[in-house]
Amino acid sequence: MKKIGIFGIPIVVFFGLSIFLFKGLFSDPRQLDSLTVDRPIPSFQLPDLFDVEKIYSPEVFEDQVTLLNVWGVWCVTCAVELPYLTKLADEEGLRVVGLYYDQDLDPDFGTKKVEDVQAEATTMLARFGNPYAFQIFDVRRELSLDLGVTGAPEHFLIDKNGIVRWHHVGDINERVWRQLLKPQLTLLRDE
Amino acid sequence: MMKVRNVVCCFLFLFCLVASTVFAAQDNYTFADEQSRKQFLTLTETLRCPKCQNQNIADSDAMIAHDMRRKVYQLVQEGKSNQYVIDYMKSRYGDFVYYQPPLTPLTVLLWVVPVFFVVFGSVSFIVLQLRRKTPANSKQTSEHDEALEKANTLLKED
Repeated sequence: MKKIGIFGIPIVVFFGLSIFLFKGLFSDPRQLDSLTVDRPIPSFQLPDLFDVEKIYSPEVFEDQVTLLNVWGVWCVTCAVELPYLTKLADEEGLRVVGLYYDQDLDPDFGTKKVEDVQAEATTMLARFGNPYAFQIFDVRRELSLDLGVTGAPEHFLIDKNGIVRWHHVGDINERVWRQLLKPQLTLLRDE
Repeated sequence: MMKVRNVVCCFLFLFCLVASTVFAAQDNYTFADEQSRKQFLTLTETLRCPKCQNQNIADSDAMIAHDMRRKVYQLVQEGKSNQYVIDYMKSRYGDFVYYQPPLTPLTVLLWVVPVFFVVFGSVSFIVLQLRRKTPANSKQTSEHDEALEKANTLLKED
C-alpha cells in the first residue's frame, strides 16, 4: 500500500503534466477569443479610401452578408490572399469590403498624404487583384481598435443586420474557405 | 584628407540631429499635471500588448501598442478613471490585455494550486518526519546490528 503511494503519486503527476504540456504544443497563444463576435459592428464615420468626400457609417452593412477585410499594402499575407479573395468575389458573389489602414500614417503628426496612400493601394490592387466592393479608410485606426484588430489580415463576416458573426485572423485560402467561411456564409445567407 | 573628415563630421552631426528628433517623436504626450502623467504610466505598464504577447504597451513598439497608448492618453486626458480605461481595453481585446487575471471558475486554479502544493508538501514532510522517529527506526537499527554480527562471524571464520 505504501509502495503504491510512493510510486503512484509521481506517475500520476507525470502523466498529468505530460498531458497538459502535450496539449500546449498545439495551442496557439496568439489565438485570442474575439469579443466582437455576435455584437453589432461598432459605430463609425469613415471616408472611402479613394473618395474621401464620401463618408460611410455602419448602415453600409445592412441587407447583405459582407466580409470585412482588414488590410494594408505593408502586409505581405494580404498580398498573398488578394488573388484568392478576388476569385471568391467573382465566382461566389461574395461581397468583400476593405478596411484599410496605413502603418506609416501617424495620426498625431500627419506624416503621409492621402494621395500617397491611394497610389500605393492602387498599385497593389492592379498587381494582385481587386476583390473590394468599396474600401473604408480607417484613418486614425480607431475602428480597428474598436474591432479588436491586432494586425492584418483579419476578417469579419457581418450578417444582414450588421452583426459580426465570424472573426478570422490570418489569410483566407482554399482550406479556410472550404472548412470555415463557406459554411458560415451559406448559413448567414439563408437567414 | 581634412576635407573628408569634415564631411564625415557633418554627416555624423546631421545623423545625431535626425536620430534625436526621431526618438523624441516616439511618444510626444504632454500632461497638464503630474497625476495624469502617473496615471498614464501606470496604465500603459499594466496593459499587455495583444500582438507581442509578453510585453506591456509601454514597452512595445508594435503599431497596436502605439494605437493603444494613444487611446489611453486620450481617455486619461478626458479624465477617465483607471478602471474605465482597463474595462475599455478589456471589452475590445479581452481579459488577456490586462495583466491581472479575473477570478473565474477556470482561473481560480491559479490561486488554489500553489496553496494546495504548499499544504500538501508540508503535511507529507511532517508525516515523514514523525514516522522516522517511531518503531520503524529501531527495527532498522536491529537489522543493522544483525548484519554487523553476520559480517563479524564471517571475518572470524576466515
